[in-house]
Amino acid sequence: MTALASATQHATGSHPAADQPDEARAVGARKITPYLLLIPGLAWLVLFFIVPMVQLAVVSLESKFPGYPGYYYLDLAVWNYRDALSEFWPHIIRSFVFAGVATILAFIIGYPLAYAMAFKAGKWRNVMMILVIAPFFTSFILRTIAWRQILADEGPVASTLNALHLLPGGHITETWVAVVAGLTYNFLPFMTLPIYSSLERIDPKIIEAGGDLYANGFTTFHKVTLPMSMPGVLAGTLMTFIPASGDYVNAELLGSDISTKMVGNAIESQFFRVPGGYPTAAALSFTLMAIILVMLFAYTRKFGTENLL
Amino acid sequence: MRRLRYWIADNFVMMSAILVLLYLFLPVAYTFVFSFNNHGKSNIAWVPEGSPTLKHWLNPCGPPGLCQSLVNSLQIGALATLVATVLGSMIAFALVRHNFFGRGATNTLVFLPMATPEIVLGASLLTIFVQGYYRVGLELGFWTILIAHIMFCISFVVVNVKARLLSMDPKLEEAASDLYADPRTTFWKVTFPLALPGITAAALLSFSLSFDDFIITNFVSGDASTFPKFVYVSYLRGIPAEANVVGFSMFVIAVLLTVAGQLIQNRAAKGV
Repeated sequence: MTALASATQHATGSHPAADQPDEARAVGARKITPYLLLIPGLAWLVLFFIVPMVQLAVVSLESKFPGYPGYYYLDLAVWNYRDALSEFWPHIIRSFVFAGVATILAFIIGYPLAYAMAFKAGKWRNVMMILVIAPFFTSFILRTIAWRQILADEGPVASTLNALHLLPGGHITETWVAVVAGLTYNFLPFMTLPIYSSLERIDPKIIEAGGDLYANGFTTFHKVTLPMSMPGVLAGTLMTFIPASGDYVNAELLGSDISTKMVGNAIESQFFRVPGGYPTAAALSFTLMAIILVMLFAYTRKFGTENLL
Repeated sequence: MRRLRYWIADNFVMMSAILVLLYLFLPVAYTFVFSFNNHGKSNIAWVPEGSPTLKHWLNPCGPPGLCQSLVNSLQIGALATLVATVLGSMIAFALVRHNFFGRGATNTLVFLPMATPEIVLGASLLTIFVQGYYRVGLELGFWTILIAHIMFCISFVVVNVKARLLSMDPKLEEAASDLYADPRTTFWKVTFPLALPGITAAALLSFSLSFDDFIITNFVSGDASTFPKFVYVSYLRGIPAEANVVGFSMFVIAVLLTVAGQLIQNRAAKGV
């Protein structure tokens, strides 16, 4: 177990042994209780998550039935993956680069907000948390359209930058900058809230002690606060990076026709606009999923699963 | 000198947090301003002639389908929240309060939907709905959206309720059983009230996620519409400013309701 994991347990005030009911096991009748509690929810996840994923895996290995649009047959067409990758590899690379940059930006923007909520907001804590979630109710589509207006050539940002000759291409919308800006904005709450919830559990006395020990705000933050908030940072980066890498709305509304499309755009158009595109879309979905799972595996190997599960 | 530095450091954090909140609200403010736009076909460019106008606020249900999509979103959000909160909390209680075979697998099964991009969830649900589940009468529409939303909300509920249960002091429940409370009484009188803030937070998050979901909804909705889908579809054809009226109003209502809830909770806490 890593130092990180023990830091979490300290922060949450729980210990592995605390999860384990001691007396509950002694009572025979209660042995079935956990399963009764689990069955409805897990059945839902099996029926509407596992089974669909298996079906999608099957579709990714199917071929078009010649002459019957919309019909497919299973012939273990592994080459679907090769064909999908050779056509859409730039989309996949863009997805991960855009999502990576957006995740780093969201961390830089979201951490101070989470920190202020946890340590500076006092009784305004919950109100600030509500304010972070409230924009969801305007709908992220409307807010992304608003960003298109804000970043448009005649909008305040681009026109100011252009007047100062600071915008090389002359545009922000229709470029990757706008797409990354949109991703950063839209997934910021998913970065902020997990960091907030791990900061909130830290006893302020520990930070005070750090302050007495190091007598320097920056060192205290670096040596005490940041390490103790790592579980939240890990969860936040995943909750930002994963949905951002699969997003297609920002690229659709803020990007250009060709050079800023992400893998999500490719999957969406193969599903809805390309006749017989289901196998390609399914193969792309699984490629995206596989890359994410590999990254997730590396991540949990490095930082431990206790922080995530 | 040192105190001055601390003061700057302290307020620097709060000031940057306020700037970040303003950044979060900037597009919401834009949505509000453009709800007064006397626009032409699409509400994208500001039209100075005749603006600002109140006409969109006076007839928000004018554009066909807008209010129906809002009603769908609210119904799906409420039902998905209810079902996901119950099912997810049950899983969380089982994980934290019981020891059983298959715990690790359960944790993984709960975690995986959150680690799956929405587009993959949407694509997989679409394939199973059109290639298998239609045989048992599940046509794409309101119910398939609801099923999908419950699925992705369950994981968020489990994580939130679990965190709350883990942070609770087990001594409180031990004290209850020491006082001869049977397990059922202990649960309803001690455990559940203590877990309630976590459950409420999970329910609020579920409703927000369901209400704002577009990608999964777009895959499984067929002809049915939700508010985000209405906005997206009409963006391609010409978006009406009434959508801004509805979007901004929902934002205000959400803030007012949650702040009111907070005030009631504060008052109740004081009363005890």
